[in-house]
Amino acid sequence: MRSIFSVAVAALGAAALVASCSSSQTDTASTTTGSAPPAPTSITGDITVFAAASLKATFTELGAQMEKDNPGTKVTFNFAGSSDLVTQLTQGAPADVFASADTNNMTKAVDAGLVANDPVNFATNTLTIVTPPGNPKQIASFADLAKPGTQVVVCAPQVPCGSATEKVEQATGVTLTPVSEESAVTDVLGKITSGQADAGLVYVTDAKGAGDKVSAVPFPESSGAVNTYPIAVLKESKNPAAAQKFVELVTGPEGQKVLAAAGFAAP
Amino acid sequence: MTEGRRSGGLIQVGLPTWIYLPAMVGALFVIVPLVAILLKIDWPNFIPLITSESSRAALVLSLKTATASTAVCVLIGVPMALVLARGRFPGKSVLRALLLLPLVLPPVVGGIALLYTFGRQGLLGHQLQLLGIRIAFSTTAVVLAQSFVSLPFLVVSLEGALRTAGTNYENIAATLGGRPTTVLRTVTLPLVIPGLMSGAVLAFARSLGEFGATLTFAGSLQGVTRTLPLEIYLQRETDPDAAVALSLLLIVVAALIVIASASHRLAGPV
Repeated sequence: MRSIFSVAVAALGAAALVASCSSSQTDTASTTTGSAPPAPTSITGDITVFAAASLKATFTELGAQMEKDNPGTKVTFNFAGSSDLVTQLTQGAPADVFASADTNNMTKAVDAGLVANDPVNFATNTLTIVTPPGNPKQIASFADLAKPGTQVVVCAPQVPCGSATEKVEQATGVTLTPVSEESAVTDVLGKITSGQADAGLVYVTDAKGAGDKVSAVPFPESSGAVNTYPIAVLKESKNPAAAQKFVELVTGPEGQKVLAAAGFAAP
Repeated sequence: MTEGRRSGGLIQVGLPTWIYLPAMVGALFVIVPLVAILLKIDWPNFIPLITSESSRAALVLSLKTATASTAVCVLIGVPMALVLARGRFPGKSVLRALLLLPLVLPPVVGGIALLYTFGRQGLLGHQLQLLGIRIAFSTTAVVLAQSFVSLPFLVVSLEGALRTAGTNYENIAATLGGRPTTVLRTVTLPLVIPGLMSGAVLAFARSLGEFGATLTFAGSLQGVTRTLPLEIYLQRETDPDAAVALSLLLIVVAALIVIASASHRLAGPV
């Protein structure tokens, strides 16, 4: 099995070499070699992608796209908090690709020797204020969150969205007295969609994903705390070719379009 | 219950030897993870980790809320157990199944149910707001969540004790002219004190470990709603050593509870 695989990789490399040589001659040559390659160059097999929970909608869509573009591939996802994913990977969970919601957790993965090549930043996310639909407390700015009688829910400083919140607080000089510090951004969103609190701080993509269940109030100071999402192929990958293909899909124009539609900004 | 003791004079049947093997696998399955936690503890920093400000706040809150929840469970659980064990009315078995549902329900479902009952936009939320009562994000919410999931433990254990005790003594007391309340106070309840104690201990332990319903319904704020399990869950994000140390603390408290409960059970007429 392994020898067949290495032959396939060698053939792929040879084909790429031929393609790059011929592409220097004419443009048409490169398009034909790119679109109709012989059987060994096609990507097949299963890959497992460990991705931050906030990537669930976009990555599920891109996974389906990958399976459609490359018949015979199967993309399986494990969505969870980035730090949970790093813990699972460190404990030996088998995976081919890791996409983190912050550089901090990707650094942990790199330091643990889990990553095969340099991580690539593929998206950024910023905070936004969300309120129950219609913004009943008429919150218009970050400073409004500190008004007495306003029940604000934020992430705890230990998790990425909470450290972003802290940064914004420091930048604006506004100190919040939240009624709850949740351990996941989805829990903050839940407290707003269920109408328990007056306002919360979540990512732009969370607000967009919640649709009309919340009203989003963007605030300019959010640019002071930008979360960058890196992605990388993992060293233990059994199918590095397909893993690399998925990373290229995410960082390529198609992936960027899907991510932008969900509210992510380009890195 | 008496049939199990009919072995007088006959040879006692021992256990087949092979049964010890799967039993031992089961025992290891429980014990090894506990040992794994012990091995993972950062002993030199253990005391600072469990006595940090946030850890102490979480422990104190957990003990306070679990005590309050146990009190709530005893106050409403004892009458419930009495009615289920002794009462006679149509639909009792259906009611019993409904009341014990939280026993098998995932706690997070309990949390959602409480949210839509006592939350700001819940079934009773509007009325509570008119009365000026805010439950969400308060310690009261934690006690409600814990009581909701713990109540069936107390009811089941007390109901079982009541059924085992039977009604003979109560009937005799009644023939001697005891009024129902007198019989309840002087005969029924004293007979089932051990069952009540072990039920209360179970409810306390369940309250102490409550996580899902609290997280969903009460939120998480140091000293107000962040109990020990929530603190462990949060610390795990940035400080796994603290999470492990606090886990051991919770294991020790749980072990003390089990020992206390076992000694009560030994003292009881079982």
